[in-house]
Amino acid sequence: MNSDRVAPSAGADIERSTPAAAVPPAARALRHKDLLGIADLTPEEILLILDTAEAMKEIGFRPIKKVPTLRGKTIVNLFFEPSTRTRTSFEIAEKRLSADTLNIATATSSVQKGETLADTALNLEAMAPDMIVLRHPSSGACHLLSRICRAGIINAGDGTHEHPTQALLDAFTIREHKGCMRGLKIAIVGDLLHSRVLRSNVLLLTKLGADVWVSGPPTLVPPGIERMGVSATTSIDRAIEGADVVMLLRVQLERMQGVFVPSLREYFTVFGMTEERVRRASPGVIIMHPGPLNRGVEIASEVADGPYSVILEQVANGVAIRMAVLYLLAGGVEHEAAA
Amino acid sequence: MPVVMDADRIDRTLARIAHEIVERNRGVDELALVGIRTRGVTLARRLAQRLLDITKEDVPTGTLDITLYRDDLMRSPVGPQPVIRRTEIPFSIDDRKILLVDDVLYTGRTVRAALDALIDFGRPKAIQLVVLVDRGHRELPIKADYVGKNLPTSLKESVQVRLHETDGADEVLVEEHQS
Repeated sequence: MNSDRVAPSAGADIERSTPAAAVPPAARALRHKDLLGIADLTPEEILLILDTAEAMKEIGFRPIKKVPTLRGKTIVNLFFEPSTRTRTSFEIAEKRLSADTLNIATATSSVQKGETLADTALNLEAMAPDMIVLRHPSSGACHLLSRICRAGIINAGDGTHEHPTQALLDAFTIREHKGCMRGLKIAIVGDLLHSRVLRSNVLLLTKLGADVWVSGPPTLVPPGIERMGVSATTSIDRAIEGADVVMLLRVQLERMQGVFVPSLREYFTVFGMTEERVRRASPGVIIMHPGPLNRGVEIASEVADGPYSVILEQVANGVAIRMAVLYLLAGGVEHEAAA
Repeated sequence: MPVVMDADRIDRTLARIAHEIVERNRGVDELALVGIRTRGVTLARRLAQRLLDITKEDVPTGTLDITLYRDDLMRSPVGPQPVIRRTEIPFSIDDRKILLVDDVLYTGRTVRAALDALIDFGRPKAIQLVVLVDRGHRELPIKADYVGKNLPTSLKESVQVRLHETDGADEVLVEEHQS
């Protein structure tokens, strides 16, 4: 499956980190209290998370899919937006590591009575959780909690800002198929303006040396996006020409105030990923989508279910990535809080 | 740094342990080797080769990373977590006799973690412990079935097993702690 676009010197193992023995232990640590965004991570830290996730993935194939690592740790999943995939994925990851978990969905919480985010967090904090996994419609909500909470905060999506674990699981999936990120042409197509997945992915993929192209309707391309180190075009066909990876983004109708696209049917005609367009990409292309799918809007059903689609692998890898993040962060919590 | 075992000694010791394994189990039927990362894996592979030479039969060999089962993992709030490596046990351990292999037996805590990890993979018929060096100072009621060398040590000393595959040479060293 390795693309011939990869430079010959960049073998599959180059990006895989060197054996632990060759690197001083301090260089292989995630020294953070929180995971707020990809922006805060170095390339080495990203690779450490991906390497750890490889070991975590194996646990999912065992008859007993559970290890005692986070026994006695309490993790709160605080979700202010609807989510199936991400919340379930975090919960399974937490349970596989033996943490005690509880889920708070805002529909049934005191948020309905007008409590502010900070007050909700401080009240939860009084019950001494070790980590809080937060999804919130406002960008920066996780940074706010990180300043007022002793517990480690994991960003599970904040507004249109970042969704770091999604970008990490995407990178993990790409690495499984392509071996190495450097020199890959990766096209990201869709609603760029409202997408936290886009931001996290662009930050991560450019840090690992990929050639990132983005494309979408002019109304949904944030001005100045080239400054993030990507090539932008309003022609999907240019973006996917010879691409090794095509990542589609959902048209986020719920975040749109105003008219950004004339109609969904027109969007599909101009930007939808069809089988014909798949043929323009590199022969070994993989098609990705963070979900939930709008079939017939950003992606044709035949493409979503096609042999090159890795959409369900992304979901499976999400659990391993979240286990890796939880494990790596759990070690440094008090250390950072004391500082 | 005093060398307590050299390459020849290690080689002969593994040969002797392989024969003991065959003798005690009356062959290698139902046996499987599981090495504890990192050096236990290398030792398990060498034992598998020895057993193949003796009996002309392949003994399945797996690797175990016990990091996630360690009892000291979440105790020290400062400092990095150990990097986890893959556990690969490509056979069912149910009703097999598992030879658990490690380089040094010391407090017994690693073996405790390994036993817990193994049990999560199924219900072996028996687990036998193979170590190259037993340096004493047990903190748990654990005893090896096959010992390469009993090496009385003080708590101030550290024992290092170096193997060709990971460290470029075969030797066992005893070293005074510089603390």
